[in-house]
Amino acid sequence: MIEFLKRLLGTPQGALGLFIVLLIVAVVVFGPVIATHDPEQMSILSRYKAPSASFWLGTDQYGRDIFSRLMIGARATVVMAVLATIAGTLIGALIGTTSAFLGGRADEFIMRTVDAVMSIPSLLFALLVVNLLGSSTVNALVAVAIAFAPGMARITRSVALSVRKQDYVNAAIARGESSAFIIRREMLPNVIAPIIVEMTIRVAFAVMLFATLSFLGLGAQPPAAEWGLMVSEARQYMHLSAYILIWPSVAIAITAIGFNLLGDGLRDALNPRT
Amino acid sequence: MSPNYLLKRLLMIVYTLFVVSLIVFAITQVLPADAATMMLGENATPEALSALRQTMGLDAPIYMQYVHWLGHLLQGDFGHSLRTNQPVGPAMFAALGRSLLLALLSIGLMLVIAIPLGIIAAVRRGKVADMLVSLVSYLGVALPEFVTATVAVLVLADWLKWLPPTGYVPLTEDFFGAIAHLVLPVCVISVILIAHVSRMVRSELVDVLHTDYIRAARLKGVSGRTVLWRHALRNALLPTITIVALDVGYLLGGVIVVEEIFAIPGIGRELIVAIQARDLPAIQAGVLIMAATYSIVNFVADILYAWLDKRIQYD
Repeated sequence: MIEFLKRLLGTPQGALGLFIVLLIVAVVVFGPVIATHDPEQMSILSRYKAPSASFWLGTDQYGRDIFSRLMIGARATVVMAVLATIAGTLIGALIGTTSAFLGGRADEFIMRTVDAVMSIPSLLFALLVVNLLGSSTVNALVAVAIAFAPGMARITRSVALSVRKQDYVNAAIARGESSAFIIRREMLPNVIAPIIVEMTIRVAFAVMLFATLSFLGLGAQPPAAEWGLMVSEARQYMHLSAYILIWPSVAIAITAIGFNLLGDGLRDALNPRT
Repeated sequence: MSPNYLLKRLLMIVYTLFVVSLIVFAITQVLPADAATMMLGENATPEALSALRQTMGLDAPIYMQYVHWLGHLLQGDFGHSLRTNQPVGPAMFAALGRSLLLALLSIGLMLVIAIPLGIIAAVRRGKVADMLVSLVSYLGVALPEFVTATVAVLVLADWLKWLPPTGYVPLTEDFFGAIAHLVLPVCVISVILIAHVSRMVRSELVDVLHTDYIRAARLKGVSGRTVLWRHALRNALLPTITIVALDVGYLLGGVIVVEEIFAIPGIGRELIVAIQARDLPAIQAGVLIMAATYSIVNFVADILYAWLDKRIQYD
């Protein structure tokens, strides 16, 4: 574990990515404590303020403190993205591992179906699911999870296929273990490392997908401080103050870059050869 | 390339469209209100509803409805929009044409920028140019289209007033006006593609430059430029075809957002309008057409790849 952490910190991407992600985790956990103002407190007198000592990042169209809103909104944006990615990965990993284990016709059938589902762009898929279930944060979570599952299934399958050939799986088959047991206890634990790498990078996509859904009015609803929603609301007022638009955009970008860097770093740390 | 492979690939497209049609049909079945309720409104009398259901065939068992719907689809009849009462098919295909113009221009711009960028980064690995490319690619991957689009409108249209902010002008009506309206959306869509493809070109070229045949060419005294152009690039650029084809999925997703922001009447915007209005036939047609576009592009890319790379023999 220490050895692994050393390798991770040894690459510039890994070190920077880990730093950014830890920073984001800190904001998610302590956000409400760090926030200097009530994120929903409106003030007509202090609208469109530039950054100052009292409003660190300025104020928005209702005079709300942007810094405090970003700190609170981290939960809505990042936690949801992580949960959706985990859910999508679990579904995908289960499909992919099962497909690789079964092999032959069943594998062909499952993978062709996964390919078919992937021909619907994930944003469109999420839009359809959210529209079907009604727009809310939880439904957006389900939508993103479902949209991610086919891609994760594809990746898990290719990893699982190499695990499938290992002796310990053949030994389990020879012992007469049930398929469910082999998939769950022998194969899944061994395909986890590469999947974690892919998952980390996908969190960045999920953050952007969530933000896009909110931006289109199908995710979080006002007055939530979700970052994508903040950008969407800022569009009408950006002529009056560019800060309303810029800060949530920067927050989304930093989060996405952080998870991307960490993913790249993890990949290097897990495959010392390349 | 054997005829067998071609046939297999074509069958895969058919299967893909079959699965997508099932998904799309299932989604419209789960909706709480059916098409008849949507057309007549919440306060319609039960008699009027059941009469309309009968004329629309909604009283038949679900699998019969699916077969009926599929039968019409195969004859090119996508049904009528619940919103405008016009045939959905022609409207969606016209919108697809406008989206394809946007997509093709974006891919063109991406190729012109991403490939040289990737080559420079690979040749000058670890130098400033390489760092710059990875910085740009991280930024490109990290900024969702709606952010880049909004910032682009703010800076280039509102502050500098170089370009019109939103709207669409047909090419045939006013050529230069149309191009001016397309510049911002095309740039926004290409950003993510450039980030993705330049990174791929870089890593492919780095791999190829380390192969034995490149070393052999260098050792026999071929100049660096010839090695790059005649030997390395040919092999490094081939996988780009597959990556660009797979990126069409992103592209179609990006097109939805960009068309919505720039008010371009393409298939993405039509779909958003249809989804918001719960216009079932329009949603069904739009999703099917998008999935078909994706499958066909990937099919063409596979064929092109096999045709260009003689080493690949599919059977």
